[in-house]
Amino acid sequence: MSTNHETIAFDEALKTFEPVLGLEVHVELGTRSKMFCGCSTVFGADPNTQVCPVCLGLPGSMPVVNRTAIESTIRIGLALNCTIASWCRFARKNYFYPDMPKDYQISQYDEPLCSNGYLDVTVETEDGPEVVRVEIERVHMEEDTGKLLHTGGATGRIHGADYSLVDYNRAGIPLVEIVTKTIEGTGHLAPAVAKAYVAELRDLMRALDVSDVRMEEGSMRCDVNLSLNRPGDGWGTRSETKNVNSLRSVERAVHSESERQAALLSSGGRIVQETRHFHEDTGRSTSGRSKEQAEDYRYFPEPDLVPVAPSEAWIEELRATMPELPSDKRDRLKAEWGINGFELQTIVNAGALELVEATINAGVDSAAARKWWTGELQRSANESGVELADLNVTPDHVKQVEALIANGALNDKLARQVFEALIAREGTVEEIIAERGLAVVSDDGALLVAIDEALASQPDVAEKIKDGKIQAAGAIVGAVMKATKGQADAAKVRTLLLERLGVSE
Amino acid sequence: MDLIKLSAADLSDAMSKGEVSAVEVAQAHLDRIAAVDDRVHAFLHLEGESAIAHATSVDARRSAGEQLGALAGVPLALKDNLAMRGVPTTCGSKILEGWRPPYDATVVERLRANDVVILGKTNMDEFAMGSSTEHSAYGATRNPWDLERIPGGSGGGSAAAVASFEAPLAIGSDTGGSIRQPAAVTGTVGVKPTYGAVSRYGLVALASSLDQVGPCARTVMDTALLHAAIAGHDHRDSTSINAEVPDVVAAATRADVRGMKIGIVSQLSGDGYQAGVSQRFTEALTHLEHLGAEIVEVSCPSFDYALGAYYLILPSEASSNLARFDGMRFGLRAGDDGRNSVEQVMSLTREAGFGAEVKRRIILGTYALSSGYYDAYYGQAQKVRTLIMRDFTAAFAQADVLVSPTAPTTAFKLGEKLDDPIAMYLNDVATIPVNLAGLGSMSLPAGLAPEDGLPVGFQIMAPPMADDRLYLVGAALEAALHDQWGHLLIEEAPGL
Amino acid sequence: MTISRADVAHLGRLARLELTEQELDHYSTQLDVILHAVARISEVAADDIPPTSHPVPMENVYRADVVVPGVDRSEVFASAPAHEDDRFRVPRILDEE
Ligand SMILES: [Mg+2]
Ligand SMILES: [Zn+2]
Repeated sequence: MSTNHETIAFDEALKTFEPVLGLEVHVELGTRSKMFCGCSTVFGADPNTQVCPVCLGLPGSMPVVNRTAIESTIRIGLALNCTIASWCRFARKNYFYPDMPKDYQISQYDEPLCSNGYLDVTVETEDGPEVVRVEIERVHMEEDTGKLLHTGGATGRIHGADYSLVDYNRAGIPLVEIVTKTIEGTGHLAPAVAKAYVAELRDLMRALDVSDVRMEEGSMRCDVNLSLNRPGDGWGTRSETKNVNSLRSVERAVHSESERQAALLSSGGRIVQETRHFHEDTGRSTSGRSKEQAEDYRYFPEPDLVPVAPSEAWIEELRATMPELPSDKRDRLKAEWGINGFELQTIVNAGALELVEATINAGVDSAAARKWWTGELQRSANESGVELADLNVTPDHVKQVEALIANGALNDKLARQVFEALIAREGTVEEIIAERGLAVVSDDGALLVAIDEALASQPDVAEKIKDGKIQAAGAIVGAVMKATKGQADAAKVRTLLLERLGVSE
Repeated sequence: MDLIKLSAADLSDAMSKGEVSAVEVAQAHLDRIAAVDDRVHAFLHLEGESAIAHATSVDARRSAGEQLGALAGVPLALKDNLAMRGVPTTCGSKILEGWRPPYDATVVERLRANDVVILGKTNMDEFAMGSSTEHSAYGATRNPWDLERIPGGSGGGSAAAVASFEAPLAIGSDTGGSIRQPAAVTGTVGVKPTYGAVSRYGLVALASSLDQVGPCARTVMDTALLHAAIAGHDHRDSTSINAEVPDVVAAATRADVRGMKIGIVSQLSGDGYQAGVSQRFTEALTHLEHLGAEIVEVSCPSFDYALGAYYLILPSEASSNLARFDGMRFGLRAGDDGRNSVEQVMSLTREAGFGAEVKRRIILGTYALSSGYYDAYYGQAQKVRTLIMRDFTAAFAQADVLVSPTAPTTAFKLGEKLDDPIAMYLNDVATIPVNLAGLGSMSLPAGLAPEDGLPVGFQIMAPPMADDRLYLVGAALEAALHDQWGHLLIEEAPGL
Repeated sequence: MTISRADVAHLGRLARLELTEQELDHYSTQLDVILHAVARISEVAADDIPPTSHPVPMENVYRADVVVPGVDRSEVFASAPAHEDDRFRVPRILDEE
């Protein structure tokens, strides 16, 4: 276990090295039953209550393929512009691990169901959005493993644990593995491309309705392969960083691994081909299994399953079920919302597309909806490192707040406090406004007192205004807003002030 | 009437006529087991109580006028590699000691649905790896014809149970001859149906692409009745054939070979075949000729490579199928002292739980699948498999069925080949080709070898899903030999 | 092609078999014999011959995506070497997270 913490700043590293990326994404399909048996796939059930002889790997049990899982995989392949194999087989991947009941995983080896596709992703650059085509090597089917719980010892972690407990509810849930070809020439955009690719895949899975793609629940997991090479030289040795399980982490993993390798290479060290393990907390990875210890998986065609041979007719049938894909949808929304690609990309990258859409469909105007989700709310989400969707702020909340702003009950500053309180789960919008006493001060008397105080404290400004230098009014308005802790309506204060001084615009 | 000597068909007949009750029949066989099994050791586990209970319910329902199946109340011995809910299932291995499956194999469900009374689980070579049943972790089974000799394997327990009149019927599994070779050396009948004809769900896998469950009995008709009871499509086995099962009972009844072309496979005779075996085989052919069949000679050159392909494919698939026996979820766990890691405990468990032959084949299979050797071994073996299927296709263009001696020799002595794997493997040379090609095959008694007075098996091989031809030919030959001897061959077995 | 003790030891690790010294000797000798006996298959298996993985040619066997009841964990735990808190208990895992 060697962990190298010396790094070279990313931008420095990029001056000498060219990062070469490869991404492997595992997606748990949202089928009702498991890949090879009729057990339920519902998340969070009691341990070992969704098991049978097949997914427990009991002697004598045999797998039977879930038709819907095959169809979902073909639809994913079609959405990724892949070639769908006319004939392919499952294969056994042999290795021993207590979370894998049969001590082999039913997967696919040299005959994936889908291959040779691509996915276009958009990233922001200094000179506007840039489209990068990520080529897809293969999309294949396999089964998930059980869940391990490490018990005893100091930490709840695997190291130093006295023993482990296994729950096989997840064992046998259908997984689709999506593997990219090597992504080269993205330079300093590499982290952004990686993130945008995974985000695009996630949106694609949602659009296809084949998975709930909740990264925090592990229904979408990403492995990042990365190597650095000096331009002109051949490829460097690559590392594979496992369980990178949030969009933010994908970006950070590429970033930190580039820095780590750059430091090593620059100091004359060499990269060992190994799997590394990403830690959400530190944003760094630690060394895992090296190539030397790598398993020999002894793949061979699964004799208990017959070949998968989708007919043209079947594939066309599935093609007919393809929904509007995210990229097409974006073109439509740009038109409907009257925004440009960059503005939309900001929404997409914030993972806010569905939310903004729902908010606008709820009747909020497009500008306001975008302002809140990609501004204030995204900021809070990033700060607390959660997905926007998990902020406890709904499109309906935004609608309510916007309505209150419209009728003057709130202003933007107060609205921000409402959202802050919603995120802190302080209650409903009404409760929060009542609790925190958030309301625009509209009582003229109170405002006039504040205005007089402000004028008294800045007589010179008062004079300027009287002399017609109306732009100076801002200073007084500012002072009044300050005095009323922002609960006043600035426009109204200005009107009252000018009346008070008997000047007109 | 001596109940244990009756065939399943006769027992069924007697029970339906009310001449005898299912309980009496079950009890008679349990008594026989009590009397002789300490010497034969065909059974690993007895289900006496549940057998009597089941028989009681059969009698009750029969007297209530319920319409019962052809085998209702007939006792059966089940090979110990078939899962039976709540009943020990060891596969003849220490590693499964104490395991009680939480489910029934499809075959067991069908036996129950047919009201067949299951007496217990029979001994076998560990995980069906062997041709002598000496590789059972629970001690060898002995051949009722000569207790110093092997009953064949891996299904020696099922064959010996039937041969020693402990049960009229038994279930076996055949990966390379494990039903037919024991039938041959014990003077009984055994059938390996077409691959996919009988569900493998609940059969503890040895080599998934070769394994097939099948019937064992003392007469061709009894195997037909049992075949009909267990065969048919099962949605839990992806390799199960979704088609009409040929009417094997009708075929066994017709017992007619007139106008049939019967092909002798030249590669499955001559060198390495005991003289008495070849003699009885040839005599059987003469019988078939007299019955109106035409005997032709066919050549299947790639059969010479079948043994080699088999001993790469089987260990490869077995090394993967047997991985799950790791001491984590069921059965034996060794070395779990709180300090050993999971990897060490798995290795210690498998080292302690598996016998020599199983380890030998796991290592061989692991080697044949490992990177760098896959193409040279497993890959090549799968190609040989293609060649063997082509040879069969060509042969069946010339003949309706193919025939050969089932095993090159009669029963050898216990221990004789125990530590000579190659010699042991050679027993399967004639039975292996059909497993590689997925075809159905039967072994029935052809007489006793003059030199040692031990049973000789006659093997019939049919095209895919034409298992009925096995019964047409088998029943015809059986009848002719019965006329010649005046009784079944098994009647000549020494009393125990 | 001959199999050394080291080869057998490696295969033993791959297959999770804690082989004894005697077994290493024993199996390395026997594997050689067996492999020589089976090696001749390469004589016939030419490149143009397709491999056969399934004896009976079948395709597209699927089940509908419907949930069916599984087994009761207590019945499974009854035959398990160790269980705790409704989970299978296994020895400590020496491996990366
Ligand atoms: Mg995978
Ligand atoms: Zn299940």
